Amino acid sequence: MFSIAAIVAQSAPPLWGQPGIVITCILLAIPLAVGVWLLGLKLGAARRPPDSESSLSGSGHGAGMLAVNEPHPAAGEPSTAPSSGLIRNVDQSGAIRFIPAKKAALRRPEIHRPLARLILWYLGAATLWLLFGTTIGEYLGIKFVVPDADHLSWLSFGRLRPVHTNAVFWGWASLAMIGLGYYVVARVGNVRLASLKAGWWTFGLMNAAVVLGSIALMVGINNGGGEYREYVWPIMLLFAAGIAIALWNFLATIARRQTSEIYISNWYMVAALMFVITIVLVAYLPFWQDGLGETIIQGYYMHQGVGMWFMMYLLGLTYYFLPQQLNTPIFSYSLGILAFWTQILFYTVIGTHHFVFSSIPWSIQTVAIVGSMGMVIPVVAGTANFLLTFRGAFHKLSGSYTLPFFLVGVVFYFTGSLQGTAEAFRWTNLIWHFTDFTVAHSHLTMYGIITFLLWACIYAVVPRLTGREPPQATVGAHFWMALIGLLFYSIPLMLGGTLRGIAWLDGVPFVDTLTLMAPFWLWRAIGGTLMWLSHGIFAYNMYKMIVGRVRDVGVQGATEGAAN
Amino acid sequence: MKFYRNHRLFFSAVASLFIFLTVVIAIIPALHNQLSYAPLPGSEPLTGDALKGKAIFVANGCVACHTQQVRNIAMDRTWGDRPSIAADYAGIRRTDLWRNTATLMGTERTGPDLTSIGSRQPSDVWHLLHLYAPRSVVPASIMPAYPWLFEEKSQAAPGDTVVTVPPPFAPADRQVVARPEALQLVAYLLSLKQAPLPDGTASPDFLYAGTPGNETAGAAAGTGAGIADGATLYAANCQACHQANGEGLKGAFPPLKGSPIVTDDDPSRILTIIMKGYNSREKEGYPAMPPIGVTNKLTPSQIHAIINHERKSWGNQAREVPLEEVTKVLAGIAP
Repeated sequence: MFSIAAIVAQSAPPLWGQPGIVITCILLAIPLAVGVWLLGLKLGAARRPPDSESSLSGSGHGAGMLAVNEPHPAAGEPSTAPSSGLIRNVDQSGAIRFIPAKKAALRRPEIHRPLARLILWYLGAATLWLLFGTTIGEYLGIKFVVPDADHLSWLSFGRLRPVHTNAVFWGWASLAMIGLGYYVVARVGNVRLASLKAGWWTFGLMNAAVVLGSIALMVGINNGGGEYREYVWPIMLLFAAGIAIALWNFLATIARRQTSEIYISNWYMVAALMFVITIVLVAYLPFWQDGLGETIIQGYYMHQGVGMWFMMYLLGLTYYFLPQQLNTPIFSYSLGILAFWTQILFYTVIGTHHFVFSSIPWSIQTVAIVGSMGMVIPVVAGTANFLLTFRGAFHKLSGSYTLPFFLVGVVFYFTGSLQGTAEAFRWTNLIWHFTDFTVAHSHLTMYGIITFLLWACIYAVVPRLTGREPPQATVGAHFWMALIGLLFYSIPLMLGGTLRGIAWLDGVPFVDTLTLMAPFWLWRAIGGTLMWLSHGIFAYNMYKMIVGRVRDVGVQGATEGAAN
Repeated sequence: MKFYRNHRLFFSAVASLFIFLTVVIAIIPALHNQLSYAPLPGSEPLTGDALKGKAIFVANGCVACHTQQVRNIAMDRTWGDRPSIAADYAGIRRTDLWRNTATLMGTERTGPDLTSIGSRQPSDVWHLLHLYAPRSVVPASIMPAYPWLFEEKSQAAPGDTVVTVPPPFAPADRQVVARPEALQLVAYLLSLKQAPLPDGTASPDFLYAGTPGNETAGAAAGTGAGIADGATLYAANCQACHQANGEGLKGAFPPLKGSPIVTDDDPSRILTIIMKGYNSREKEGYPAMPPIGVTNKLTPSQIHAIINHERKSWGNQAREVPLEEVTKVLAGIAP
């Protein structure tokens, strides 16, 4: 009755003439190109004879001496153990030969033990929520292909979908963010965390919110339909209380900092904590939510939740961990300041672009579209800042297992954010809104940006806390399966979403557009499975980093930096 | 700069900016909207079963796949007579102490929009069957089945609403009876209709109407492509009950294949059924057919395409009825 080619050919304003489409295609080519380039880099590193390079790549303080004949002197602070010799990374037994040894994390002096324990609990719980949330997500993806997989009310699609989104938002990402934040806020202020006890309270409250929220949703108790505010207010109140305590904890730590300036990471993190409390209050207070008021607030809430909580906070973490991992200062403080203020200014006003062409006043829709254009400024400033920090250090990518995660996160920051801008154009909104394109977009951002950056930070910090390295082969497997899975997940959905939107525009009967989507939904399930498996590997790596065999790094010279 | 080193000053400034923007962009517009609009005079507030049905709709997260908003663009014309306006939602208030307002506008259209499902698909029998086993009526559907809204009984009691389920989906030797929850949910779905605008109020325009293609389901002039258009229009308007193969569903919806009414040389009877509905086969278990030509606002040329598609497909071999004849017969049927 119809074919893909026919649909594309029929669509009257030629697809390729639409700026939104052109921008999206260019944006998507970037992570693809980076992925291919990274693969080449990694394969190249693996092909070189092991004795010329790989075995040296862990040398830190010897870098200066070896600079002449070592293609990539490793980053890292000078070791406190100069007796360890020039060649520190010889592993005769443990490593698989064709996987080049990566630089091990260097132990930082004096990490307060109880703080380390607190952070590890946050990251461990976050990992469990990632497994739980994405297992649900995987099952939902399968249900698109096999809708009769079960007939249990608790597991029906409409009830499970918010369980998935809320568990990965408030469980995985939020817990990991707060846990990493404790590390950063104490380090950059050169003080101890103000209150460990408060840290444990936050931990309990946030976890309680996600446990109770997930059960309530499966039983059929929800807040009435707005995405990401499906938890009823008594449950979300627990979460907000946890965040409020964390905010106090951060501010109290910053107040007793030993440095005069407030490092830029703290700007972003504290701002995000203040914003998310504001957002949740605005979304749950009842005074302005009758009729379309609810929808205007919903547009504001769902967008600020993503941009002012997850994105804002992750930018803060990246401003700390990326320079640390590259062992170089951030390229420009001024660009950071520009990105900070423009992010607040533009991002706040664009929420209603989720309801373009709806009955919300045209003027607010227009402000949202214009604000979406304005987002180019903070996104370009932020991306440029990170990439220029990478400048001159790209060779370190092949010797590090954290940097590839950072690079992918930064690239998706650029691609995902600007794709959001392209989606807000009225014409692209016409065909993409309501289709699976938006699902792909939210995974490119929440997964490609937020989750990849979180993994980068976690792999950077956990070995420093425990002295245990993750197995490098499984870190690599985690990285590649997650990245390839994400691309398999999102690109077919974007293609299918575009075709479906055009089919709707052409008046194809709705039921035929379901048949049209079927192969793309299958691809989504395949990509989703890869992503899901990679989370199992990540959990294994976490296990090895927390309770695995100690190969103490940077203390005993002999086994220092050994690839496990 | 001192400003960036004083954490009290700096973070207060950041919070103030964000709160200021929030008030301007979200709270004031929301309050303004809430105070400016009242429900349309022709709209009926939800009561009784329909209200309970809405709670079931919310509890099961149906909004994850079904929108309830007709946007002001031509491609949304399938879902309603006019674009949704703020007044359509003005009567929706906070659900209860625990739950927020549920306008259920939605952000995903994995399944069809439901703004006017009550007039697009007015058959409660269809809805019950569709909820119990979606793929029995729409083979391509990926909607979850909701069997827990039904119960299986060996012998239905008097007063039970029995759902006739076609063979592969029916439980062996048992009858499917709708629980009150299913009936309430269907009552809610059937209540979803667009209220008429008060007399003299112009409906907002559908934008991008010039985009070619979207007229296929619209006016579709009587060009020679009658059969092709007819297939599309049949899929959009008739197929949910009578199925793509024209065979209907045994015991639920009658076949059009080989139907003497469809293939009758005189098209006046089939045209009357399309325009006025049909209920004279209820004794055989077939539910009443809604006046689909009226509820779906079909034009004479669309009806012309549909009946000729039905008269020529699945082995039916009746003569092609010219558009003039259809128009003439339709003019004689008072709506």
